[in-house]
Amino acid sequence: MTTQTRKLRRSKKPPIRWQRVVLYVVLVAFAIFYLMPVYVLIATGLKSFAEVNLQRMWNLPTGLHFDSYMKAWFGSEVEGFRGLNVNFMNSVYLTVPATIISAMWGSINGYILAKWKFRGSDVLFPLLLFGMFIPYQSILIPLVQVLQRINIFGVKFYGSIPGLILAHVIYGIPITTLIFRNYYANIPTELIEAAKIDGANIFGIYRHVLFPLSVPGFVVVMIWQFTSIWNDFLFAATITSHPASQPITVGLNNLAGSYIVEWNVQMAGALLTALPTLLVYIFLGRYFMRGLMAGSLKG
Amino acid sequence: MRRWSWERVVSILLISPAVIAIAIFVYGFIGWTAYTSLTKWDKLLPDFTLVGLSNYRKLFAHQRFQIDLRNTVVFTVLFLISCLIIGFVLAFLLDQRVRGEGIFRSIYLFPMSISFIVTGVVWRWLLNPGSAELGSTGINALFDMVGLGFLKTGWYTDPKIGIMAVAIAATWQMSGYTMAMYLAGLRAVPEDLREAARVDGASEVQIVRHIILPLLQPITLSAVIVLGHISLKIYDLIVSMTGPGIGFATDVPAYFMWDTTFRGNHFARGAAIAIILLVMVAVLIVPYLAWSIRTEAEL
Repeated sequence: MTTQTRKLRRSKKPPIRWQRVVLYVVLVAFAIFYLMPVYVLIATGLKSFAEVNLQRMWNLPTGLHFDSYMKAWFGSEVEGFRGLNVNFMNSVYLTVPATIISAMWGSINGYILAKWKFRGSDVLFPLLLFGMFIPYQSILIPLVQVLQRINIFGVKFYGSIPGLILAHVIYGIPITTLIFRNYYANIPTELIEAAKIDGANIFGIYRHVLFPLSVPGFVVVMIWQFTSIWNDFLFAATITSHPASQPITVGLNNLAGSYIVEWNVQMAGALLTALPTLLVYIFLGRYFMRGLMAGSLKG
Repeated sequence: MRRWSWERVVSILLISPAVIAIAIFVYGFIGWTAYTSLTKWDKLLPDFTLVGLSNYRKLFAHQRFQIDLRNTVVFTVLFLISCLIIGFVLAFLLDQRVRGEGIFRSIYLFPMSISFIVTGVVWRWLLNPGSAELGSTGINALFDMVGLGFLKTGWYTDPKIGIMAVAIAATWQMSGYTMAMYLAGLRAVPEDLREAARVDGASEVQIVRHIILPLLQPITLSAVIVLGHISLKIYDLIVSMTGPGIGFATDVPAYFMWDTTFRGNHFARGAAIAIILLVMVAVLIVPYLAWSIRTEAEL
């Protein structure tokens, strides 16, 4: 039904004002609930050290001070803790290549599973998908043992960013394949058949027909992978043990777990950690939603 | 069955790296973990002497593991119920032609884009009860400010309700997701159906109970399964928010697994916990996967 007729039908009912008021009150109350931690994060981060006080957590800052952010970013030699700057860059070096490789690989898998079905591919697909639901604890012990043994051209995989990239790319196969498969399944087979008649082969069809149509698919998959790799903690904490090679979630957890770090610095660190994925959400929220829905399979 | 051509061979070659990777890194590793769980490996150096199911027997007799299982049940029930109720209420309200719907939706959903580590760090301070000498902090201070002081509690510092405090933070992060799922479902309920019920004299409450909720049942099922498997696997939030807590009040199997394996070097025991976690998740996910694939095939 179109929104036009919807509006007409609904408007026949006499408007009951108080119901609408209650409706908005409830909606705003929930909005406050969701935004409350953001308020504390931002307000605390902007307070000067003199103003920071747990008991006055909810007070507005009196001015703009970036001391907490500076300390969270650069650390403090005097107090003896590391800042998050190194960890932030580690996360960038991890997330960017892992996201790109994941998306490319997922696109190829999705192409085959959507357009080149073979005997057994319908059995294969759910077996592949199961990999995205498993608790990763069930593969961590062998993963660590294997990564400890991999050493390609002097690049160590255990304790390093390349090892983390490998883990994220492999355990990202199910979700990236799923999203691309569903995306390509919606592209009419007639287009493929027409390209075949024009003499295109399996590579040509991908390169000239599907790939140019894939941009939205790539955006969804890359946002999904970027967010989940940036936010990951389990792999990061298990595979990297040296502070200089740890991604930002581990860095933040160390910062927050240290008794010498003031809580306002922890809050500033939390905001720095959240910022990249928050920006992605704010600017590309629509695509973020699609990935989310694919995550629950029915998309 | 189409005839074999070089393109069919190429298509299988293109999908095989992903298939091999998943076969090794998911299924092979799970098998390896399962094997490890049957051995005596209890210190840093591997010891693959088989001891049967004794690790599992010891585990179920272990007090910490019993507390963990109870915590998982309590956490899952609280988390699921609050996410489902809040998600449905918000979706239902947003479906009433609300002005600024997009803004409300974005606010409710943004916590999804943030790492559980960030959520944990922020909520640890929000639910920090403060102390008798220094006064209340966080939410307790907020209760004082608005005259609801009687609601103050020890949150995660109180062993009796500690796990509930973690469930509040998890609900904050994930309830927007249920809202989005329900909203998509509500938009698919034909207006005619509600209109017909209204003509028959049904009240709005009756319409929700007898028409909308039954139609949304598949969505409720999806939400229960997606949230349920997240809640069984919950780890990051515990690490950053509370740790295992006093008397393991906020400990969960996933935390116990990591702790005992990578800190305590009790690899066999860790592997046994991992396999139990995997079985719990599989019980939830495998029927769902089968169902999703089947309903998809019918389309």
